[in-house]
Amino acid sequence: MSSSNKLITWQKRLAPSPTMTVAVTVSSILLALLFGSVLLISTGFSPLEVYHDMFTGAYGSTYGLSETIVKAIPLMLAGLGVSIAFRMQLWNIGAEGQFYMGAFGASGLALAFPSWPGYILLPLMVVAGCAMGGLWALLSAVPKAKWNVNEVITTLMLNYVAILWVDYLVYGPWKDPQGHNFPLSARFSPGATLPAFGNTRVHLGLVFAIVAAAIIYLALRRTRWGFEIRVIGENSRAASYAGMNIRRNVLLAMFISGALAGLAGMSEVAGITHRIQHDISPGYGYTAVIIAWLAKLHPVAIVLVSVLFGGLIVGGYTVQTSGVPSATVYMLQGAILFFVLGSEIVTHYRIHFGRKEEE
Amino acid sequence: MAGSIWIAALATAITAGTPILYAALGEIIAERAGVMNLGVEGMMLVGAVTGFMVGVQTSQPWLGFLAAILAGGTSATVFAFLTITLRANQVVTGLALTIFGTGLSGFLGKPYIGVPLPLSFKPIDIPVLSRIPVIGPVLFHHDVLVYLTYILVPLLWYYFHRTRPGLSLRAIGENPGAADALGVDIFKLRYLYVIIGGMLAGAGGAYLSLAYAPSWLENMTAGRGWIAVALVIFAMWDPVKAMIGSYLFGGADALSYTFQAANITIVPTFFFKMIPYFLTLIVVILATRRTLVKHIVTPGALGIPYDREER
Repeated sequence: MSSSNKLITWQKRLAPSPTMTVAVTVSSILLALLFGSVLLISTGFSPLEVYHDMFTGAYGSTYGLSETIVKAIPLMLAGLGVSIAFRMQLWNIGAEGQFYMGAFGASGLALAFPSWPGYILLPLMVVAGCAMGGLWALLSAVPKAKWNVNEVITTLMLNYVAILWVDYLVYGPWKDPQGHNFPLSARFSPGATLPAFGNTRVHLGLVFAIVAAAIIYLALRRTRWGFEIRVIGENSRAASYAGMNIRRNVLLAMFISGALAGLAGMSEVAGITHRIQHDISPGYGYTAVIIAWLAKLHPVAIVLVSVLFGGLIVGGYTVQTSGVPSATVYMLQGAILFFVLGSEIVTHYRIHFGRKEEE
Repeated sequence: MAGSIWIAALATAITAGTPILYAALGEIIAERAGVMNLGVEGMMLVGAVTGFMVGVQTSQPWLGFLAAILAGGTSATVFAFLTITLRANQVVTGLALTIFGTGLSGFLGKPYIGVPLPLSFKPIDIPVLSRIPVIGPVLFHHDVLVYLTYILVPLLWYYFHRTRPGLSLRAIGENPGAADALGVDIFKLRYLYVIIGGMLAGAGGAYLSLAYAPSWLENMTAGRGWIAVALVIFAMWDPVKAMIGSYLFGGADALSYTFQAANITIVPTFFFKMIPYFLTLIVVILATRRTLVKHIVTPGALGIPYDREER
């Protein structure tokens, strides 16, 4: 009466091989594009043309490539943040809100002290951005640690609150009097803007992201904290028997997770918009979740996958001019994640055809 | 005439709560079967856009509603295949479904933005009952889809607590191993209930686009799917409490618009718009604490894929 009479059985693999993981991820992306092309054809677009335009728009020129990096910076930071929470099985879906709060904290300083020099103001803005993002994540982490309140719901609800809070500011007290009634704050002073590379818009945030990735990579392998995080994520019961403080680690991981998303918000306002405005994020926080999962939470892979998804966003903008709906990009992102999730069984299990022998 | 304003506000609380109620009932069914589908927001959007498209094309709101149910069910089938058959992570798959549904509905619905719906669901007075003072205009001056939930809620309660299949449903969410040993086909039933859950989410979306708003707007659910997920915890997986809860949320939603319309500007509208989300936060925290204290009813196997060999 067991699975012995089934024709197909799944057998667990001990460890998925890296080559296989990469192959599966790449084919998932291709399958998602194939799926997208069916929908594009059905609505009267030529998928080859659309994908070609997206690709050249994102990677085909120095300008396109630099814009792709610009979009990849917040994705890297938020993706790294999300990955730390995910490692502990903490489903922080609140990177979007933490991004907004980070942007809010940094902008508050930039607007309050426009005369301060950059070497004082910028580091303080970094601290404020990280602190606001981290505190916003703690609002979910504390109930989680104390009463095991579902963090998916709380982080998500706080996203809406954070976005409305920033909207209140840019439509109200922070609105630029010279802004022709647009929902945006006054422009930051030069001391509050991150330096950019050459004449591109690629800013110092890229360095933040790469340094953060390197630190996380080393911390996970070399420090006691990294060890604890990995053990708790894999088996929290074993971790508590080993005397690890799970509550403290939940709080710490969520704080760092939120702080990195907050840093993403800080570097976006200080590096790109040079002001805080309505809709500063086109869903970076949600895309970051996909990126973290696609990269299997590996910090270096997150940086690389972010460049891919930055390209997807820039490519999406490129083809919008020819009438392709902006939602196409989210549809493709969702489809990629679907195929990756579906194919994980291939990397984690061995498919066994035919009857299984009785044990 | 101050009373009539309150009656109108209460009636709006019910219509504003109905899309959340449909979605929450669907999620209750899925979670009772042990599957947490966080794709509610995406399924609602897919339902809303499909319902609207069919409603515009055929001028038949009922056909739109049925199409939305089918679309919600189809989206849930994808989720079920990934999480039940392929054992993918339920949290991430649900999120993927939401992102995908948001994108797909925006993609398909683009030509329908600003298009009027030829025929929408309109309020119908229930004879006799609608004449009762206060209760009549609040409860019995609505469209058919609201009345449908009045039937659906007690039916579901009866199904869970008084029928044999309802017992199996609760068993596969509580202790799938034991249910399996009794000969219950867990995989088949989980598929079934996840799909029914998706159908109800689709119905909730269609309520927005065919009755509440009658229109299509990108992202028109505005987080209602997530509120529905939170409401399930608040209601402790009970359809009757879900009904009360969704009217409470609907009321908070309606209140923000009532204040806006009445031009009450003591507090900026952004703060009123925050109310439903804050309410959800507080409610989830309180409800979870209560479950913790009284040791009640969280389905034991919620969120855990069933693997016979790991039983």
